[in-house]
Amino acid sequence: MTSVIKATVDNSVSGYQTFTVGTFSFNRDEYFAYINCPNGEYVMSIDDFLRALMRDVAWGFFYGTVAFDDVFGTINHYGNVDMYMGAQHQDWIVSERAYTENFKSDVLMGVFKSILSDWVNEGFDPFAAPQETGLAWGRKNGNEDALIDRQREVAKRMVGMPGDAPLRSDENGYSVNRAFADVDQEQPIIEAMPGFEGELSAFNFFGYLSRSDVTWNPSVVSVVRQSLFCPTTEEYILPIDHGNDRCEWFLQMSDEIIWDIKDKESHPIATVTMRAGDVSAMPGDIRHQGQSPKRSMLLVWENGSPEILEMIRNGTVPMVPVEF
Amino acid sequence: MSTEYKTVFASIDDYRKGGVQCLNEDPKRYAFSNLYEVAATNAPYDRIVVAKNLDYTIESVRAEGGSDWYVCAHDEFVVAMDYDVEVHYLKLEDESVIDDDKDGAFKLPTNTSGQEMGRIFLKRGHMALLPEKNAYRFHANRPSTLMIQSILGEESIEKWADICLK
Ligand SMILES: [Fe+2]
Repeated sequence: MTSVIKATVDNSVSGYQTFTVGTFSFNRDEYFAYINCPNGEYVMSIDDFLRALMRDVAWGFFYGTVAFDDVFGTINHYGNVDMYMGAQHQDWIVSERAYTENFKSDVLMGVFKSILSDWVNEGFDPFAAPQETGLAWGRKNGNEDALIDRQREVAKRMVGMPGDAPLRSDENGYSVNRAFADVDQEQPIIEAMPGFEGELSAFNFFGYLSRSDVTWNPSVVSVVRQSLFCPTTEEYILPIDHGNDRCEWFLQMSDEIIWDIKDKESHPIATVTMRAGDVSAMPGDIRHQGQSPKRSMLLVWENGSPEILEMIRNGTVPMVPVEF
Repeated sequence: MSTEYKTVFASIDDYRKGGVQCLNEDPKRYAFSNLYEVAATNAPYDRIVVAKNLDYTIESVRAEGGSDWYVCAHDEFVVAMDYDVEVHYLKLEDESVIDDDKDGAFKLPTNTSGQEMGRIFLKRGHMALLPEKNAYRFHANRPSTLMIQSILGEESIEKWADICLK
């Protein structure tokens, strides 16, 4: 392996802080994030880096691999987490540059949150579609801590039920998104017989989605034991390339998403184009990254069963959900 | 003047399926189907599994006319995916027909008795709770598509080779 050459970054000019965790260090300047590990330096465009970091933080390292791109990312082991450079890229592996370091989840999470707090400038919302927010570039200028700390809605049974996650409305700050202005907002009519008023529940699911203020950030709307309906609205590019450690399912509710599929060494292997009503599994041994030309409604369906963790540990979790 | 967008939904009689373009991959691994196509090409109220994760299911159902009564030991959820569908609810007189250890919905006899709980009128995109241990049935004036979140049971039909891209 040849030497590691570090770019010149001057915090006294940019106003940003340097962050270190284990043997990794992170710097930013006006346009780029610089990631250093003992085997090399890697540079990413700062907007891509911050959007990916935002998802990794919001999702608590998520299921399996959160690849910021083909080179850098994290792998969740639920309690501890790997951070890697090049470990999912064939050329980095072959040239023995690939590097992985394991962290306690709360330690790495603390550092990631501090990076977001220091590096996100006022006016840039890393959850928002690019047309709906300001720019990530430039020297240090304020923060957006209120935006980056927002919590996703998680229903215990179904949103809108008494005591459960509330419906979205103009009153609680969720106006209809510009791209869903044509989505009907009427609520279902419930005719309960006397004595059964509290027992019948329904809500306008598409209307709820049309009021999502974020992109590529699932929330939970309905729960059957560990079966979680996690719909989300999508626009532009999923800021991470997701390599799940189990199967997940997508059901396209509106419009169209084109999924780029790669293997776990970053070779492209397929393109999955999903239109309204399409249903597709994402195998557990690939990475997927979506592209949504217009804001669209996607139902992500996850199985949160604790027994899956055990199956992942002993290697028995199926990579495809059905064989036929 | 702000940009105007048209949201594209589909229906049992108007859907445009996407697909899988492979380089070095088997399309069957993606179990790719379409909720509306499955409803359009199957018998009324057949519960066709379109997604399955261990025993959890998502089922596509063609609603047309009235259905039988169903009941289930656990909650289920239904979404009307295109046209208007009514859900009728019944508090069973005899809950002993429900086996708590049995997953998935099952049919009840036509003469099932109980107390009417009421109705919910669903339009496109509306989701209703099908609460555990209460019977429910559907009614649709025209062929319509339902999506049900449930668990594999005796009414669930798996026919992957018929519904998925190969
Ligand atoms: Fe995913």
